[in-house]
Amino acid sequence: MTGSEIWTTLLGRFEWSDLPFVRAWEKGTLSEAIGAGAGGVVVVGAVLLVALLTYKRWWKPLWSDWLTSLDHKKIGIMYIVLAFVMLSRALIEAVLMRTQQAVAIGAPGLVGPNHFAQLFSTHGSIMVFFMAMPFLTGLINYVVPLQIGARDVAFPLLNSISLMLTAGGAGLMMVSLAIGEFSTGGWSGYPPYTEAAYQPGVGPDYWIWAITLSSIGSTLVGMNIAVTIFKKRCPGLKLMRMPLFCWTSLCTSILMIFAMPPLTVATLMLALDRYLGYHFFTNDLGGNMMIYIDLFWLFGHPEVYILILPAFGVYSEVISAFSSKELYGYVSLVIATMAIAVLSFTVWLHHFFTMGQSADINAVFGIATMTIGIPTGVKVYDWIWTMFRGEVRLTPPMLFSLAFIVTFVLGGFTGILLAMPPVDFVVHNTVFLVAHFHNMLIPGLLYGMIAGYQYWFPKAFGFRLNERWGTVSFVCWVSGFYLAFMPLYVLGLAGLARRTQEILEPDFRPWLLVALLGAFLLLAGLATLFVQLYVSVRQRDQHRVPVGDPWGARSLEWSVAAPPPEYNFATIPHVGRRDPWHWRKANGGAYKPADHYRDIAMPRNSMVGPVVGLSGAVCAFGLVWHIWWMAAFGLAVLWAAVIARSFVRRTKRVIGAREVEATDRAWLATAAAQQVHPRELETTSANAGLAELHA
Amino acid sequence: MTDPQLRHVGLKVGGFEAIDVEEAETGIFGFWVFLMSDAILFALLFAVYGTQLAATAGAPGPAAEFKIDSAFWETMVLLLSSFTYGMSSFAMKYGGQLRWVVGMLLVTLVLGLTFLGMEANDFAVMIHDGATPDRSGFLSAFFALVPTHGLHVVAGCSWIVVMLVQVAAFGLDDRVKINLLRLGLFWHFLDVIWIAIFSVVYLQGVMR
Amino acid sequence: MPPSLAKACRRVARLSAILGLWPLSGCAVLNHGMLAAGGPIMAQERHLFLVVCFVMLFVIGPVLLLTPLFAWYYRLSNTKSVYRPEWAFNWPLEGFIWIPPIVIVMVLGLFLWNDTHTLDPYKPLVSDKPATRIQAVALDWKWLFIYPDAGVATVNQMVFPADRPVHLDITSGTVMQSLLLPRLAGQIYAMAGMTTELNLAADHPGDFSGENVQYSGDGFPHEHFPVRALAPGDYAAWLAAARADPGRLDLAGYKRLAAAREVSGPRLFGTVAPDLFHGILDQTMPGVRSADMTMKGMK
Repeated sequence: MTGSEIWTTLLGRFEWSDLPFVRAWEKGTLSEAIGAGAGGVVVVGAVLLVALLTYKRWWKPLWSDWLTSLDHKKIGIMYIVLAFVMLSRALIEAVLMRTQQAVAIGAPGLVGPNHFAQLFSTHGSIMVFFMAMPFLTGLINYVVPLQIGARDVAFPLLNSISLMLTAGGAGLMMVSLAIGEFSTGGWSGYPPYTEAAYQPGVGPDYWIWAITLSSIGSTLVGMNIAVTIFKKRCPGLKLMRMPLFCWTSLCTSILMIFAMPPLTVATLMLALDRYLGYHFFTNDLGGNMMIYIDLFWLFGHPEVYILILPAFGVYSEVISAFSSKELYGYVSLVIATMAIAVLSFTVWLHHFFTMGQSADINAVFGIATMTIGIPTGVKVYDWIWTMFRGEVRLTPPMLFSLAFIVTFVLGGFTGILLAMPPVDFVVHNTVFLVAHFHNMLIPGLLYGMIAGYQYWFPKAFGFRLNERWGTVSFVCWVSGFYLAFMPLYVLGLAGLARRTQEILEPDFRPWLLVALLGAFLLLAGLATLFVQLYVSVRQRDQHRVPVGDPWGARSLEWSVAAPPPEYNFATIPHVGRRDPWHWRKANGGAYKPADHYRDIAMPRNSMVGPVVGLSGAVCAFGLVWHIWWMAAFGLAVLWAAVIARSFVRRTKRVIGAREVEATDRAWLATAAAQQVHPRELETTSANAGLAELHA
Repeated sequence: MTDPQLRHVGLKVGGFEAIDVEEAETGIFGFWVFLMSDAILFALLFAVYGTQLAATAGAPGPAAEFKIDSAFWETMVLLLSSFTYGMSSFAMKYGGQLRWVVGMLLVTLVLGLTFLGMEANDFAVMIHDGATPDRSGFLSAFFALVPTHGLHVVAGCSWIVVMLVQVAAFGLDDRVKINLLRLGLFWHFLDVIWIAIFSVVYLQGVMR
Repeated sequence: MPPSLAKACRRVARLSAILGLWPLSGCAVLNHGMLAAGGPIMAQERHLFLVVCFVMLFVIGPVLLLTPLFAWYYRLSNTKSVYRPEWAFNWPLEGFIWIPPIVIVMVLGLFLWNDTHTLDPYKPLVSDKPATRIQAVALDWKWLFIYPDAGVATVNQMVFPADRPVHLDITSGTVMQSLLLPRLAGQIYAMAGMTTELNLAADHPGDFSGENVQYSGDGFPHEHFPVRALAPGDYAAWLAAARADPGRLDLAGYKRLAAAREVSGPRLFGTVAPDLFHGILDQTMPGVRSADMTMKGMK
């Protein structure tokens, strides 16, 4: 064996010039320096993290309290942490892209064409698969079992595996910054551009395997949540008595079960093309890229509602809680949610009206698309009428909800425009489209996630988030959105193509500068969220809400301590109607000890989740770089872990009845010792989580 | 939540270990949901196969390559294996002897491996004839659909091996029973998929 | 936007730039794209755009009014406002919530059905003169236009007579691209081995532009080309000059052209091999086109 053969066997197609640092050294351009800087941040960040964990001796608690935990609450929190990390990266990339477009008017700007293409590809892929999906999955994970009176999800270990697979995919995205490069084919990865004939490097392979890990994780999450909601509801909690967030979570998880497989099929077929010379989507020998486009959007459109529905659930909870009112039109909202979920499978073709179908087909799909506007409009009006004759408090979650309603309706407006095939012909693939889907997803997803994060944070950690910083952050997120994306509508009408690295038309300059300002404001929005978290942790002793009902809300998650015990409920609640916690408070049934306390069996920690996630990522990394021994090793470890797990018989840990009773009575004593707070003092330190009830 | 008589008919657990019927029920229902998702995967592979029928690009097409007799015997073997798996499940459900449960599982495993061997032989013949997936869009679609089913059978066979070891280690405890039920669902599901492959791929191939 | 208005706008823009009224200088953007329609197709698409905008005002108007109104009037500190925490359903209100959006979608659906058919990009434009046939091929990162009737070809410029419609047959010699003429016609994808079609016309002679809007690689931002609609006489003169060009394009020349990844300025070919377009189509998907795989065949 020669030296190069050994190298290829051990390291696949890796070469020194795959390191961005080496590239920056050799080429010395600004674009490469930025790339090396980003890679450096990943490396230095990882080193600092390891150093911090070692210095503080946090490895053990990290492993045994968090990574191996099967507690749905901890898994939910880890999902959200992952989402924030990835949001930070993708938002910085967005600012870099806006800067590039603002300065590259008839000039090359900061980053080269290839680098720019990697930026929009990673930005989109991360925002969808590694920011939005983990964020909503985290919220669902945390909240749904509490809302349905369950002790955990249906399959706690599967839950951990899903999280770790997603984290593995996210890790792969991060590694691509420091080793090699990413795809330049956008978040949708359309072939034949992503085929080996046009992009032979590792970029599309990183994209394929990161997305595949995440999509498998999401499919498993969908199954888990759907089964949880169908099978684990507490006695008396009929489907039509569930909080609306549970309904939207149910619809989202059903969509995940049915809509993620097309993505997995599409990316794996692309992998077959690239690795084994298949001809699914190639330009030659009978390949047909239209199949990919159909498969991708067969996933992609339901995905939009996977992203948006949980936020709709959050808004339903938040608006009802901060108006201190029953949700208006519950039945309508449920019907509308189901209608959206079903209709979301009937409209995928509107993503490619411009592919040359007949007018009949385009018109049918156009009308189907507009039809989704009906249930969505109904929901918007139901939220508005929920405020009617209520007592509205403009807390940060409520502010985000209100901004959502107004902004989302504008996005719907341009959505109807895009549903018109003749209009779509003109603005498709321009920045008008970019403005539209950001106009749907920023209010329709991100605002909802932030609202949910602020709303349920006190439940998860036992203290409120600082409202003043929350409001500052809100102002940044909303003004930033309008400044960043309204100009893009105008530029799109003027024919500016999306994904343009260099602008040839000087007339676009003022609009691009405004958009850049908006992007910086959005970044400030994220920064102030972090400041809010820091300040709130510092002031946590003044903001504690140990009794657990800081907002005087209505569903079961507020009926337990904040933070809740591991088993959620000392005794499983029985439910007789909608808004059970509100009913119990109104009828003097709240904060009462149980007649009997029983032993509770909870899942033991398991290292299978982290092992599966890590070995999955190792396998994927091996595949990306054609390091076959590493891929085989990762796959073998993954299956060995799963099989070994099936031999483990002691999977449960029993918490004794006396311990449960002691914890419960201690919490009840806290509740009895606290002052009731009126709504006016909700955002002051008078709020100990014991809300006053108004009839 | 559900009435006892609505529970999974194959389920007969509980009473002697710390696993409750509710949990068994959830586990089986969850596996049905997984199978639905897997069915979507196959549906898409079938759809792609259908659209790529004409995309032979000068390479061998369906009529030239598909041997209906071999596919027929593969079908028979797989159907028989489903039957023997059913026998094993009956033995388990009605408290039959352990050697019947294990024996029938072993027969199922042998039939599964026979099927895989025959299928591998088919592929080898096709590849020898030059009908490889890199020749045309049609062959790509074929070599995605049919081997995906084959991989599922491989997974099923490994699962049978694991279950045999578990029966040896734990006897027929509740977890083993639930897993045997899930494996049964999986095995019969693969049969259903194969029937569709036999009709859509092989029968259609020789009829064209 | 009518040209006079556009001109006025441009004047305002220039003036405001001088006065330092920087925000108004953004107005110049209106000279590009749909709002400055230069042909009947784009004018109709703009009309549909404005009609839908108008109808949608009735949908978003109430929401934009009611949301801040309710949030403000029913604020906690307003002790005069009524508080009815258990009020959560009302039949007449349900009707008010469900029926208007259904009616609006039905109305818009009618518009959609009609206009999608009238503005079908495959539908030939009505004219007493035969359409100019042009075959467009997307390449890395340039566009080739073949004039099959005249036997000439251009790269990175599209020229046609303004007195009659244009019929484009479009394919790609590389990855998928999308041809958009922002002031003349909506876009359609260009895909290898397949043909798509676009019909368009200009109102009067003038200079327009065309671009690829589907990302296709490093040279993508430069994939813009001039589109010139000429008066009939000027077109004849241009054609004569083009024919006189010594350049010749056959399949071998096409392959060289396709391999050269970027071509800066416009180029001309005075002679084109007959049926070159189908030769280009046959470069990909051999054996498939006969099996009715063109988009034309799918209609």
